[in-house]
Amino acid sequence: MKGKFCAAVISAVVLLFMLHGLAVSEEGFPKFTTTKPPFTEGIFPCTSCHAAMPPNKEKRVLGFHTEIQLRHGDNWCLNCHDAANRDMLHLASGELVPFDKLYQVCGQCHGNILRDWRIGIHGKRVGYWNGDKTYSLCVNCHNPHSPKFKPLKPLPVPAGPTEIMKVKGSVPVTIEEKKIYIPQYDK
Amino acid sequence: MKRRDFIKSAAIGLGGLLMPADKSDASLWETFFQKYFREMTPEEKKSVAKRLEKEYKDKTGVSIDIKTNEALPRVKFGYGLDLSRCIGCRRCVYACVTENNLSRKPQVQYITVLEFKSGEKWVSDLEESRKYYEHETVPEPGHFYMPVQCQQCDRPPCVKVCPTGATWKEPDGIVVVDYNWCIGCRYCMAACPYGARKFNWADPQVPPEQFNPNTHYLGNRPKFKGHVEKCTFCIQRTRENPGRYPACVEICPVGARKFGNLLDPESEISQCIETKRVFRLKEELNTNPSFYYFFSL
Amino acid sequence: MIEFIIDLIRHIIKGNKMYYLWLSILGFFIAMGAIAYFGQVDNGLIVTNMRDQVSWGFYISNFTFFVGVAAAAVMLVIPSYIYNFKPIKEIVLFGEMMAVMAVTMCILFVVCDMGKPLYAWHIMLHPNFPASLLVWDVIVLNGYLIINLSAVTYVLYRAAHGKEYKMSIMWPIVLLSIPWAFSIHTVTAFLYNGLSSRPFWNASIVAPRFIASALCSGPALMILVFQIARKVSEVEISNEAIQKIAELIAYAMGFNLFLYAAEIFKEFYSQSIHLAPMDYLFFGLEKGGVHHNVLVPFTWIALFCNLTAFIMFLNSKMRNKFFSLNVACVLILIGVYIEKGMGLIVPGFIPDTLGEIYDYLPSATELLVTAGIWAIGALIYTLMIKTAIPIYKGELSLIPKGQRRKVPVHH
Repeated sequence: MKGKFCAAVISAVVLLFMLHGLAVSEEGFPKFTTTKPPFTEGIFPCTSCHAAMPPNKEKRVLGFHTEIQLRHGDNWCLNCHDAANRDMLHLASGELVPFDKLYQVCGQCHGNILRDWRIGIHGKRVGYWNGDKTYSLCVNCHNPHSPKFKPLKPLPVPAGPTEIMKVKGSVPVTIEEKKIYIPQYDK
Repeated sequence: MKRRDFIKSAAIGLGGLLMPADKSDASLWETFFQKYFREMTPEEKKSVAKRLEKEYKDKTGVSIDIKTNEALPRVKFGYGLDLSRCIGCRRCVYACVTENNLSRKPQVQYITVLEFKSGEKWVSDLEESRKYYEHETVPEPGHFYMPVQCQQCDRPPCVKVCPTGATWKEPDGIVVVDYNWCIGCRYCMAACPYGARKFNWADPQVPPEQFNPNTHYLGNRPKFKGHVEKCTFCIQRTRENPGRYPACVEICPVGARKFGNLLDPESEISQCIETKRVFRLKEELNTNPSFYYFFSL
Repeated sequence: MIEFIIDLIRHIIKGNKMYYLWLSILGFFIAMGAIAYFGQVDNGLIVTNMRDQVSWGFYISNFTFFVGVAAAAVMLVIPSYIYNFKPIKEIVLFGEMMAVMAVTMCILFVVCDMGKPLYAWHIMLHPNFPASLLVWDVIVLNGYLIINLSAVTYVLYRAAHGKEYKMSIMWPIVLLSIPWAFSIHTVTAFLYNGLSSRPFWNASIVAPRFIASALCSGPALMILVFQIARKVSEVEISNEAIQKIAELIAYAMGFNLFLYAAEIFKEFYSQSIHLAPMDYLFFGLEKGGVHHNVLVPFTWIALFCNLTAFIMFLNSKMRNKFFSLNVACVLILIGVYIEKGMGLIVPGFIPDTLGEIYDYLPSATELLVTAGIWAIGALIYTLMIKTAIPIYKGELSLIPKGQRRKVPVHH
């Protein structure tokens, strides 16, 4: 009985804090969900290989993971990856951070971007503007090893005023699992 | 075929000419004398929606839903566009075309993406804009991009000039058109400073299998020739509880597009206005858009 | 009454070969226009060259020009009724008939421009008044039509009874028609003028220029038509009346050119960002490696015509010779038709609000429909004259046959 009462009081207090916008903790945003980091298939957990390997902390060119083009900061894995716990990242302080909270790691250098991301200015949200929404994590859009955006192929140019009837068809393309229709023009 | 349509519609009377010739006479009558949407009772709105659903089903065999729901209380929509992020990939253009059942032929698009050379004059009259840019990849070095769509002005010149009141501003801030009430005079197109209003110069064609069945009377329902249409912030998606983001927001690969309730201080758009320096297009015209451009970098 | 109608029909079908040739030419153009228009209704406005970028074109250009022509009436009403200038008083009826013709043509042009003309009654059911200038324009144009129609009908009705019109009834019509004539120009000018999105139109000089150029084109057309009318029918129009109108045109054109010069100076000297439409008119615009200049020759032709006509009108010797007078009138018509038509409407859309340039010229459909409406206008005027002249001559009368006087009525 007493425990139930305590729980009720605590949740009421938490709710109050949330209403005041003070409940934004490192845990993020209780109402919202973040997407998962886009791991290459079979790569995670890292310990499935690394557990058996003694850590080599010397900054060097790796013999493995050669597909990774590291173009970020001063280009060293262990700036973010933790040598002791391979399934975690770490902050500059040494504090461990799980992969799905990696924005804390990014935010160490890109503090203002993290601030923008928290309030929805940086990055992308999908879902409901007045309900549940899904945040993209930093790595859903930026390759953490080479974060600069790669140029994209643009979708077709619009028809000019004399060409609005010169459309041959409307064909689907799939972008991020969404099917959208683009025009095919008469040559 | 055309000749037969022509003779048939001429036989029905001049009235037949402006409506699809395959409609029954009763439906033709109801279409012709359909009331002004704002003066319909909720029941009348429903029955009109039913009739339009049936007409579309009879014509194409595809079932669609036409909603007539009203604005949510205490909501005023606002939109933000981050010009330092946009790369000009035009995905928003075609996500919009798909979601809003815009005519594929003749081509109708609500969003125009403009390309500018860095350092050249651009805002104000947008004379240096390039709309028909073609590159292998974007962004083109030395250029930047500005998408333009309906700015949902608080003092909309299009609403002011419409002779029949066929276009108006809803309580949630969306400027809508009653396509059936519009007479196609195109005065609103002359009045709009943002090139946001589009006219159906011919019968709009959308392949029925590509037709988005989730529609709203004031938004992406089936359209016909001779009336004006425009961006409605995806009214069929956003005017729900919970309401989805507009299609252009969700497709943007760089997250440059922000949407939310201006009356909610925690919404993305309110936060943009609060923390970034924003501007609105052609502010010298005093149209007070609900569409904010900003630079996050 | 039935007798009158039969007489009227008899008078209308009576004519020489030229008259029938004229009617068949008009009939031909009306038929072509009707076919083109039904094609447009069937396929949509896609058969025109108007697009989202340039959303008004040749129809609205012609509409604007004919609002100007409707001024013809007021140029005659003022001297005849207010100043009692006899020579013009004799022909004021023909000016009013021209106003009827011009306003009818205006209404036809607007209807042809609409995407859903059958729904035009929505304006009556739910007018966005007073916000929309288009509603104002519907009111003033239809009002002007009614005013002039009633003036014409009343005068002819009295004449058909062998009586002169009563000034007590004419005065209210006259007093209403003068400000109303200016209102149709002002409201039509405001229709464009009020759009802040189009810098070319959003200049205070637009309405005054409208009136100035209207006071040239309408009377110029009238001078030409009157001469034709008195050649081909027994209608009497004095030289004095025509010379007086010509004099008025000279003043109006001077004023019009002055306003035009003021506009040109302001745009080209200040070289602001809003220069583009004017630049497009006179020199063409460069964009994306393309030189857009389809209107340039027309602009210069218009300027040349207006200037030459002005000089010719200023010179009273030239003004009083019918050959040079007619040349000057034709020049004015061409000049104002370009300047107050395509030269006013199209640059409003160039560059469009997003900076795009679309070189608009009318399509075949637009030309045919327009020719059809011109022919309808000419037909209306012809029929009105064909009705009015026998009434004046006393050949067509509402008085029972036995009681008619021999002498034609003078008004």
